[in-house]
Amino acid sequence: MSARYLPYVLILPVTLFLCLFFLYPFVLVAQQAFSTGNGFTLDNFRNVMSHWKFPISLKNTLYLAAAVVPFQLALALLMATMVSKMKRGRDLVLYIWTIPLGISDLAAGIIWLAIFEQSGFLNSMMSGLGLIDKPLNLLTYQNPGLVFLAIALAEIWRATAIMLVILVAGIGLIPKEYYEAAEVFGASPWKRFTRITLPLLRPSLSTALILRVILAFEVFAVVQALGGTLFPVLMGETYNYQFELLNGGAAAAIALIILGISIAFTLLILRALRVPKGATI
Amino acid sequence: MTTAATNPPDARRAGRFVYATAVILLCAWVIVPLYFLLINTLSSPEAVNSFPKSFVPEFDLESLTFFANFAGMLNALKNSILVAGLTMVMSIAIGAPAGYALSRFDFPGKSTFRLLILLTRAFPLPLLALPLAVMFIRTGLDDTIFGLALVHTTLAVPFAVLITFSLFSGIPIELEEAAWTLGCTRLTAFTKVVLPLILPGITASAIFAFVISWNEVFAAAVLTIENRTLTAFLLQNLDTSPLHLKFAGGFILVVPALIFIFAVRKYLFAMWGIANR
Amino acid sequence: MSLFTKLSGAASGVALLLSASVAQAEVLFWSTQAKPVEEAQAMRDNVLAGAGDVDYQPNDGGPWLTRLNAELQAGTGTIGVLGALHGDFSAMDPADLVDLDGLGMSASGTFNSLAKLGTDSMQYIPWMQASYIMAANKQALPYLPEGADIDALTYDQLIAWAGNVMEATGEAKFGFPAGPKGLKHRFFQGYLYPSFTDGVVRTFASDDAVTAWEKMRELWAVTNPASTNFSFLQEQLLNGDAWIVFDHTSRLAQAFNERPDDFVAFPAPAGPTGRGFMPVLAGVAIPRTAPDMDAAKALVQYMLKPETQIATLRTTNFFPVVDVELPDDLPPAVKAAGDAVAKMSGSADANPGLLPAGLGDKGGEFSQLYTETFERIVLGGQDIRMVLDEHKPRLQAIMDASGAPCWAPDAASDGPCPVE
Repeated sequence: MSARYLPYVLILPVTLFLCLFFLYPFVLVAQQAFSTGNGFTLDNFRNVMSHWKFPISLKNTLYLAAAVVPFQLALALLMATMVSKMKRGRDLVLYIWTIPLGISDLAAGIIWLAIFEQSGFLNSMMSGLGLIDKPLNLLTYQNPGLVFLAIALAEIWRATAIMLVILVAGIGLIPKEYYEAAEVFGASPWKRFTRITLPLLRPSLSTALILRVILAFEVFAVVQALGGTLFPVLMGETYNYQFELLNGGAAAAIALIILGISIAFTLLILRALRVPKGATI
Repeated sequence: MTTAATNPPDARRAGRFVYATAVILLCAWVIVPLYFLLINTLSSPEAVNSFPKSFVPEFDLESLTFFANFAGMLNALKNSILVAGLTMVMSIAIGAPAGYALSRFDFPGKSTFRLLILLTRAFPLPLLALPLAVMFIRTGLDDTIFGLALVHTTLAVPFAVLITFSLFSGIPIELEEAAWTLGCTRLTAFTKVVLPLILPGITASAIFAFVISWNEVFAAAVLTIENRTLTAFLLQNLDTSPLHLKFAGGFILVVPALIFIFAVRKYLFAMWGIANR
Repeated sequence: MSLFTKLSGAASGVALLLSASVAQAEVLFWSTQAKPVEEAQAMRDNVLAGAGDVDYQPNDGGPWLTRLNAELQAGTGTIGVLGALHGDFSAMDPADLVDLDGLGMSASGTFNSLAKLGTDSMQYIPWMQASYIMAANKQALPYLPEGADIDALTYDQLIAWAGNVMEATGEAKFGFPAGPKGLKHRFFQGYLYPSFTDGVVRTFASDDAVTAWEKMRELWAVTNPASTNFSFLQEQLLNGDAWIVFDHTSRLAQAFNERPDDFVAFPAPAGPTGRGFMPVLAGVAIPRTAPDMDAAKALVQYMLKPETQIATLRTTNFFPVVDVELPDDLPPAVKAAGDAVAKMSGSADANPGLLPAGLGDKGGEFSQLYTETFERIVLGGQDIRMVLDEHKPRLQAIMDASGAPCWAPDAASDGPCPVE
């Protein structure tokens, strides 16, 4: 097989598959965003963006992603480094840390609601420790900050494992000799981390970050479980337009807006974490 | 040339202590919420609604027994496992070659291709479900395990492509070139030299594929009727169910995924320490 | 043969290999009702046991609608019978539903005419009904204001009662279904507006409406602020987060069935213009793509039989729509709810609001407007008059676009209902 055509042959199955099962329905749905029944129009976008809830849900989605993703990245890097240094018990600890991966966001919402609600576990703990005499009502519209914090915590708990798994798979390929050599030359652990681990982990970092960011803009189930109607997010509004208001055009419009935001951030991350050409490692 | 300064033994021990505490704290952080789920699953309905909540489960099996007698559970479980298994196989089979191509070759359209693969995850599936369902009904794929697995593979393939890409990028081309000079064909060099090193990446992709397929509910609810997956069958009904059944059902949905990850966990770290060159 | 057809043929072949065998002559009952797991189980085991081969599948609204639309678009399908609320059916195109005249009717002329969806024949058959009532933990009863009759409360008395409880316990113990799956828009349309303004659409922005929202604000001040998370007040009754609640009869059932001696049910309160209340109506229908029309029609008729209606009552806490003799051994929730509903509809100042009719696919927008009014006025604290004036043209636009005439308690209109 000629080397010139080999890459195209290798990517052909994926391309065909995605064209059939993603691109085709996507085009059909995206078309709806640009028409209200009488030809091409941007009315859907205008309507959607001028609704009073749009700036709120946009802000909420972005703030939540900004609060959660960097923290998760740092945490996942920390956990990946810690687990790669382990000798005994490594399998068990890694397993425990990847457990949240198997938990759907709906189930995670149920679990964290059981913790934060008025008769939940957090209140039980605090009253058991004598910190409060009456259960606190945490998830109310009077405490928007607390609601945000609760959602952020639940999301961090649920989704850090996504980045952890990708980083762990990548960290395993960094040759030990590099670390040993660096130790011989007196490099501190922090220097070893920033000069060896991080650069060599770039492709995995870029993948983990992009995937996590894209999923962060689609956050919905946990927000609905903990925040109820208090914390509108873009995806919630999309589903509302599609299934409650039966307005497919508006739903498609917001989904395209989310897509646009994802594209922008993906390009940013790809640029920032580029692996320079010519470097084989 | 100075020798590397060694830390005094006290500092080293303190460092190890901090390390161990951090590990234990992080493990607790993950386990404790799940423990609460377990408590509520094994509690009677009265206990689930009480305050303050007890921190020791009562081992009341009433909620779980309800699900044991819930008609259709075993069938749905079987369907879920089949769909998730198919998704794993398909997503890796078509994703890994693309990951290899992305890492080894520089072809025009490469960065656009990579971008587009990523962006397939940026559009919500519930909106795409309608045209997909119409297509499936018209082609006879409707209400089949295979059909649903195709949709789930669409969700899982970006993970497979990008994870294998980032791992292939970590294996120098010189390894393969060495194998070629030693008489291997491209294919045998790949299977004998590169593939074992890629096992963590394949495992990670498999885990994602399984978990994504297992937890997906909307497309499963629309595209399967007689052959419902466990998630479509159960998860939709849980949020309106009484609290104790909500937790027990949630627990049941979580356990198989946990078992799967447990079974493959060591492959995430397969060639650790042996990836020396 | 094109590549696509060949591929899809091959895929179908593989698919047939991998699919489990599909039962023949089984009617798929595609429903949004009886979703809680124990209700779904009871539907399959008790209610539908004598109906032959029926597969009862309750779903969330999103998948329910998507699957239905996919089958309608594709022209063939597996859904035999649809079960959903009036609002879901009225948003559909009547041409997609099979005309069901002659299969049976409910005992209520109002329901039957609602079921026609503006056409000349029944598009769905009324299946079961429910309403919103109030319930209270008996611990709250000592705090009733002087002279208040729990079965004939006014809004002011309710607010005073909840205020007394709050003073005594230090916490707001009134629960309101303001959560994402709560049905609060029906409260505003069928309870608040009729009780204060004797209207729903015409009086949307009237001065009486301003009074209504002011009262709602007063009530909210004594409401558990976590109500924005509450969608099923039985949970809050059982765990004590709320002592006085307002919710749908079937979303209070668990509390009464588990601890019947701890709770009481009573009618919704009355305002200056009467005691507003609204029924919730569920129906069964047949989509035009149903595979086996006869079996589907047989199932529809089966659902209207008195024995089935009583079994449905036990299972879902939704009441029959045909005249039946209710047995004595009904669950506590049914007895309590039934009494409260009877008192409410039989009270001297009853002011029933009808379900919105004729809104078509604008029904969701219509309800959303009332919800947004609540969110801005009560949660957001915005000026009442300003919000009502801003929403008035939006409401008028919805009425004009759908062409829906006024319904009770509004006076009838020629043409789209005007917002005065």
